[in-house]
Amino acid sequence: MIPELGHFALILALVIATLQFALPLAGAQLVRVRWMALARPAAGAQCLFSALAFGCLIASFIGNDFSVVYVANNSNTELPLPYRIAAVWGAHEGSLLLWSLILSVWMVAVARFSHAMPLAFVARVLAVMGIINVGFLSFMILTSNPFARQFPAAAEGRDLNPLLQDPGLVMHPPMLYMGYVGFSVAFSFAIAALIGGRLDAPWARWSRPWTLMAWIFLTVGIALGSWWAYYELGWGGWWFWDPVENASFMPWLLGTALIHSLAVTDKRDAFKRWTCLLAICAFSLSLLGTFLVRSGVLTSVHAFATDPERGVYILGILVLTVGGSLLLYAVRAPRIVDTGRFNPFSREGLLLINNCVLLVAAAAVLLGTLYPLALDALGLGKISVGPPYFNTVFVPLMLLLGLALGLGPLTRWKSHGGRELANRLRPVAFACATAAMSAAIVLGQGKMIFTFLGLFVATWVLLSTALAVRERWAHQHTLKGMMRALSPGFSGMALAHLGFALTLVGVTVTSLYGAERDVKLAIGETAELGGYRFRMERLRSVAGPNYDATEARIVALREEVVVAELYPQKRIYRVQTSPMTEAAIDAGFTRDLYVALGEPVGKEAWSVRLQVKPCVRWIWLGAMVMALGGILAASDRRYRFGLRPAPVRLDGATDPAA
Amino acid sequence: MLKYMRIPSTAGTRDPERSRFFHRLWAVVRYLLPLTALILLVALLTAGLQRDPRLVPSPFIDNPAPGFDLPQLRDPARRINTQDLKGTATLVNVWASWCAACRDEHSLLLDLARTSGLRIIGLNYKDEREQALAWLQRLGDPYETIAYDGDGRAAIEWGVYGVPESFLVDAGGVIRLKHVGPLTPEVVESELLPRLRETDPRPANGAE
Repeated sequence: MIPELGHFALILALVIATLQFALPLAGAQLVRVRWMALARPAAGAQCLFSALAFGCLIASFIGNDFSVVYVANNSNTELPLPYRIAAVWGAHEGSLLLWSLILSVWMVAVARFSHAMPLAFVARVLAVMGIINVGFLSFMILTSNPFARQFPAAAEGRDLNPLLQDPGLVMHPPMLYMGYVGFSVAFSFAIAALIGGRLDAPWARWSRPWTLMAWIFLTVGIALGSWWAYYELGWGGWWFWDPVENASFMPWLLGTALIHSLAVTDKRDAFKRWTCLLAICAFSLSLLGTFLVRSGVLTSVHAFATDPERGVYILGILVLTVGGSLLLYAVRAPRIVDTGRFNPFSREGLLLINNCVLLVAAAAVLLGTLYPLALDALGLGKISVGPPYFNTVFVPLMLLLGLALGLGPLTRWKSHGGRELANRLRPVAFACATAAMSAAIVLGQGKMIFTFLGLFVATWVLLSTALAVRERWAHQHTLKGMMRALSPGFSGMALAHLGFALTLVGVTVTSLYGAERDVKLAIGETAELGGYRFRMERLRSVAGPNYDATEARIVALREEVVVAELYPQKRIYRVQTSPMTEAAIDAGFTRDLYVALGEPVGKEAWSVRLQVKPCVRWIWLGAMVMALGGILAASDRRYRFGLRPAPVRLDGATDPAA
Repeated sequence: MLKYMRIPSTAGTRDPERSRFFHRLWAVVRYLLPLTALILLVALLTAGLQRDPRLVPSPFIDNPAPGFDLPQLRDPARRINTQDLKGTATLVNVWASWCAACRDEHSLLLDLARTSGLRIIGLNYKDEREQALAWLQRLGDPYETIAYDGDGRAAIEWGVYGVPESFLVDAGGVIRLKHVGPLTPEVVESELLPRLRETDPRPANGAE
């Protein structure tokens, strides 16, 4: 009964989404206030039914209802309860349901925090979000129903993919989807503004907090994913340039560009068409990412659901949504005029460089991701574009971005004298060069140029941001005054830039000075790596709830003192009989010790992969600092315009939270 | 921002009418550029969806395997050449440690090596020796011998577009099947094993 209830709730959500699209949009065009006012309650109802459907699927998982095909394929009676719940979004159908639920959550948030915006604008925004969800709900109901039944029911489930049985999976996809789907808000705002013909500074100001929120979630989601891949996939990499990773990274790059470009549109009334196009593209790339992952056009390490028929449907959604919006853009954009003028050397100019670099980076990732597909479509065979391409293209772009990023906060809007800026920055540049040079000489090992470049740009970002903060403090002598001199918007920006510098240090040092070694270790044997000595102490068998494992105890010694005890495992999951490497990591601020078991060699020995990864934590630490900066910036008082309810309610309803 | 782009050069014509025409044309066209990009992308994706990766024609089918003479991966001092392919049916598998799709097909190769008795020879393509060996140590090693093709020259002779690719070579050294992309259980069942039985009537598995 529960699955049928869920299925029914999905169908109701689809009906409501259709209404939410048609009536408010028509109302906004024909100036019918009652039709427009339907948008908010419709969004609430749709969210309610999506949540009901989601709850039903969770209930089926908890109750081990193996008559539901999706449950039977992705769960098992031995699977621990938290993973049974996380398994809801562990595969195709359920993750689509999550996608759709999150979209409706964003809708409700927009409905709730938009009372300062004109009703017609809100109606259009919610209508656009409604039609997007029509696409996804119908996709689910027609091609990938999570509630499909099978009779007789399976006696036992096929278990969740062991790779996904991990706390990382519980958080990673919801965070990532919050980000992906969150860009639909900026997208809908842009479309609503295009339909209404008013692409102006208020539109940009309304979009800013929403774009920031989505960006924060996406940042956290990508960092979690990278961290999860690092400790779960068992070979110690933190980024693979895998199509699925790229799919989340491209919207992030464009979202970052969008945040900056929105600032210009808001403050200076420039870049309007560009901002609008970025908003459309950021969400389009989220959709494209969904298409690439779900359709199986690309072979990827974690493309877990691949089906050409579904691919055609998502492609249809993509064409209608993106094609429609770009057509609208082509019709409306010629009439949009920027009033803000600026010199090439000004904050606008530097933000333009930022935008261009980020756009080129996103385009390079897109090219690398689609190149194999293009070759295949032209009949030239299937290939795999590897990290060499991405690293070659990406590293110079990020260094360039870092240089511009240091200058941005120090320049004025409109126009800035180059000589004056050079005078201010000379000591900073000198300090960065000295610090980076001495670090490069100390670390050395024939990688001096890249060490220097990476650390120079990182310290450049760090110090020039510090300089910008100090200049704001120039006439403040009390702590209170100092606090007041930094608005949340400014300090959020400074913090996010600091996060970028931290990540840059992490990437540079880990990539250049990480050491790894594959050795054969029997009990009592030792191996040396990067100043540490690893000793295999013992091997034993361990039984988990749904797996059996061999566990090794390996101690790491430094100058004959034990610094870490590591317990790597090799697991065999009973149902899917797939082996899984559970790496053991001794985490530290300056270095991680990473030990993973390979294959047994003979009776008492194992091949073991040892890694010493300096500063690898900084990569994720930096991402967290970036996200914190985003939160701080989003909390700025300027954005609290949506909370005040409209003075007169048009539909007579009462808002309980008001 | 597109307004900072320059109008296409009409230098040399100096015809005001013509220049105005281009100006107007560009004013319309430039807003259609994003849409055009989308149309191209969709065409590409549609083509990608409809393609069957197994339908890549190869001039090598039913021809003798191209010549090669390469050092072995595990022991650079020893070599392997075309003559070594002869004598028994062999699967030549082109792979690299940097190739994600190779990881997908790897467990299948391990199964094949264990159960079918088919000899599998690897062609390690544009790879670093240490990384390739580490990769095998981590994931298991289905190969009887591996040729190390660091600069990819032999792969050109074999008409390799990318990795992974697999060739079935019969006991006489003639290529009987080529598969582009990762091997899947369906490909093995419906193509590789039937073709193997055709070309090599002896049962592949000694127990059969």
